[in-house]
Amino acid sequence: MSAPTGSVPGPRPEPPTGPEPTAGRSPRSLARRRRREALLRFAREYARNRAGMFGLVSLLVIGALALTAPLFIDQTHLTVTGAPGDPFQPPGGDHPLGTDNFGRSVLDLIIWGARVSLTVGLLATFVSVSLGTLAGITAGHFGSSGGTGGRVVASIIMRVTDWFLVLPTLVLAVALAAVLPRGTGTIILAIGLTVWPATARLVRAQTLAVEARPYVERARALGGGHAHVMGWHVLPNVMPVVLAQTTLLVATSIIAESTLAFLGMGDPTTISWGALLQAARTSGAISAGIWWYIVPPGLAIAVVALSFTLCGRAVEAVINPRLRRRS
Amino acid sequence: MSAETDPQTSTVGTDTDETPILRAEAVEVAFSSGVGPGGGRGTARAVDGVDLDVAAGEIVALVGESGCGKTTLARTLLGLERPTGGRVLFEGAPLSHRSRDLRDYRRRVQLVQQDPMGSLNPRRTVYESVVEGLRIHEGTTVDEYERVARALSRAGLRPPERFLSRYPHELSGGQRQRVVIAGALILDPEVLVADEPVASLDASVRGEILRLMLELRENLGLSALVATHDLGLAWNIADRVAVMYLGRVVEVGTVEEVLSAPEHPYTRALLSVLPDSGVEEGPVVLGGEPPDPKRVPTGCRFHPRCPVLASGEAARAGVADMCTSVDPEVLAGGPGHRTACHWAARVGGPESPRTVEGPMSS
Repeated sequence: MSAPTGSVPGPRPEPPTGPEPTAGRSPRSLARRRRREALLRFAREYARNRAGMFGLVSLLVIGALALTAPLFIDQTHLTVTGAPGDPFQPPGGDHPLGTDNFGRSVLDLIIWGARVSLTVGLLATFVSVSLGTLAGITAGHFGSSGGTGGRVVASIIMRVTDWFLVLPTLVLAVALAAVLPRGTGTIILAIGLTVWPATARLVRAQTLAVEARPYVERARALGGGHAHVMGWHVLPNVMPVVLAQTTLLVATSIIAESTLAFLGMGDPTTISWGALLQAARTSGAISAGIWWYIVPPGLAIAVVALSFTLCGRAVEAVINPRLRRRS
Repeated sequence: MSAETDPQTSTVGTDTDETPILRAEAVEVAFSSGVGPGGGRGTARAVDGVDLDVAAGEIVALVGESGCGKTTLARTLLGLERPTGGRVLFEGAPLSHRSRDLRDYRRRVQLVQQDPMGSLNPRRTVYESVVEGLRIHEGTTVDEYERVARALSRAGLRPPERFLSRYPHELSGGQRQRVVIAGALILDPEVLVADEPVASLDASVRGEILRLMLELRENLGLSALVATHDLGLAWNIADRVAVMYLGRVVEVGTVEEVLSAPEHPYTRALLSVLPDSGVEEGPVVLGGEPPDPKRVPTGCRFHPRCPVLASGEAARAGVADMCTSVDPEVLAGGPGHRTACHWAARVGGPESPRTVEGPMSS
């Protein structure tokens, strides 16, 4: 990972005084040490951001719960037939958050649902960020230094991006989810394919800024080709932005997944937060006033989305010193 | 030819037996700006027909004010800009812009940029920045470390181990420029094209970098083209000087010829504002607007600002009409002292500032 060394003034490491104890060290290990230092600096800066730390801690807790869920939740209790309680038991006793219309513990369902929601959120983000970064760097690089042909390619890419950008995300995702076979993979793909244009625009803008720097010209004068410039110079310099964008996109993806599931586009057999909400609606929990079936999944979505957003903002603030003063 | 060769340097024509290592032949670079607000339409002729030779082991300075096309010419010589006319020859063979040929070419001709602050990637260590060229051309080699260390110490960063893991923001301007030079030297180039190599450095560092370039020429037989607006720099480092004005070379010759006995009014004006210039008429401050490469004046491109034309000396010499209507021919780029000026050609070229009085008193 490339820590944001250059753009973060902040507390710089003391320039080593005197001859460094470099004897016997390869430049590679030296570079690795420098990178570790930069990472530590980043962590220290991040730790100062209270909202960011809150987001990080809550994400770690939720992540740990989701990962270890099979250890303390009996999966048969999550099936309709193996439900441990009576339908619509209010919170208390054995079931801290009550039960649903089949008698399953809502708390168990929510913890289990986190697995699907987080997986979909992260994978869909990965798909869209990779797609967006690829499109953005390609368009930015060839648009600025690829000659006439490059400009044509770049504008084609950007017009496609624009086309995806103006399509209503939800409608497109619903259409994709309806056409493709049902399943979690489809949801990931549908979300990934619809939220990438914003990333592409962002990365392209950053790429254009990097391309205008003299060191890119120097790289070309040294004989570096397109791949060299994009991989060696542009990518490390857009990575911080991509990273911040990633954390923000996870929240969007989780909400999109919940929306699709709530609209009945998801796989009905998987338990996710959106699916829980939909089940609550179809079972009449809303009209019956069964709040413990409706509020917790919604809250879970809100908390995770908020946590990711807080983390993303904190990363952004550390990377961009101009934002730091305000946060 | 309006720009007659000065009789004192009749060595022109003897240069044909030795091909210059780098040669610009009638190079033209024009930028057409799109339809923009504020009447930005038109074609800017940044380089408008330049012949220039750089012989092996020679340092040629390209001087001129900001915006006269020095940087564009330097970039064109490296193939970073495609000339819209003319061609660049390397060892007598025209430069091909096919990417494979360019790659090979850029191994042998290296660029040192104007701004050492920006020419290093802030996210790369010194080692990574220096090794970049090597990796591009040879991939990861076994003796990579030794070669990086050697290039750094050649560029005056000693001991090299101290700098390998530094990031650019931890270095001073002079050290960064040395890193850039080391990055250029690692490929053992034959020609260095330096674009204002010391413009943003303070005086003491400037001296070090210049000494370094002279050392490199001595030790490695490097040829160099140094674009600069600093005549003092040209005086200290160069063998030959080409003075550029609005995209064209207006005077070319050895340092002594051009800077001690300038013929072109533009060169004289440039020199006259130096504190200890030998020009006797005192500082000549050029009037008029800075030139716009989108509207190159007719005739001699310098005539709207030419002090000789304005003072009526050109009229007395009987060339005032030519100045405003006849474009002086493009100067050849080889050795010899040549000036693209009707007046200087007519008057015979002032050997020293004193001879200017000649036509005036008669």
